Amino acid sequence: MLHPSHFAALVLFALFASVIFGITQRETPPRMIRYGIYCFVLFVGSAIVLSWLMFLIAR
Amino acid sequence: MASEQNKDASVDKGFIYLPLIAGWLVPGAGHFLLRKWGRGALIAVSIVGMFGLGIAMQGKIYSGAHDVLDLLGLVGDLGNGLLFVLSRILGLGAEQVQVTTADYGTRFIVVSGLLNVISAVDAHNLRTGRKF
Repeated sequence: MLHPSHFAALVLFALFASVIFGITQRETPPRMIRYGIYCFVLFVGSAIVLSWLMFLIAR
Repeated sequence: MASEQNKDASVDKGFIYLPLIAGWLVPGAGHFLLRKWGRGALIAVSIVGMFGLGIAMQGKIYSGAHDVLDLLGLVGDLGNGLLFVLSRILGLGAEQVQVTTADYGTRFIVVSGLLNVISAVDAHNLRTGRKF
């Protein structure tokens, strides 16, 4: 049984979802790659920002 | 002009929903049928990888709908096509979510199904000429 940390699960989820979003939402390979990276950064970045916000609110 | 006519002729030939159905049943198959080998391989690796990780995390495979949330989960799981059928036959996944990672796994399985539907629709758009 696999027990990834919360962050590892988030990164894996963001990676796979970004690949699919990149391929399906853009027409040319360079734009697909750019959009995939953009989605990945937004997934991981927003999770980190929200995590810090929740940490600061909970204190 | 001539190339546009050829393109239109190739777009109208054959069963138009084949890539959509194939892409739903087997991740990436819709793109493979349209000779988009790279995109198909990336889609297959991503969907099967996500589904496999969900199973490895002991995620739950929805078998019935007892309430609305279960129904939504079942719809998401059905998006996996034959992967869902195979997992039901082989008895993969957990019946109940007991640990935190199993909850992540359940989400991985549901989302891989939803992403597979998006990919199948993308294959259909390529087939109809709406996307290139």
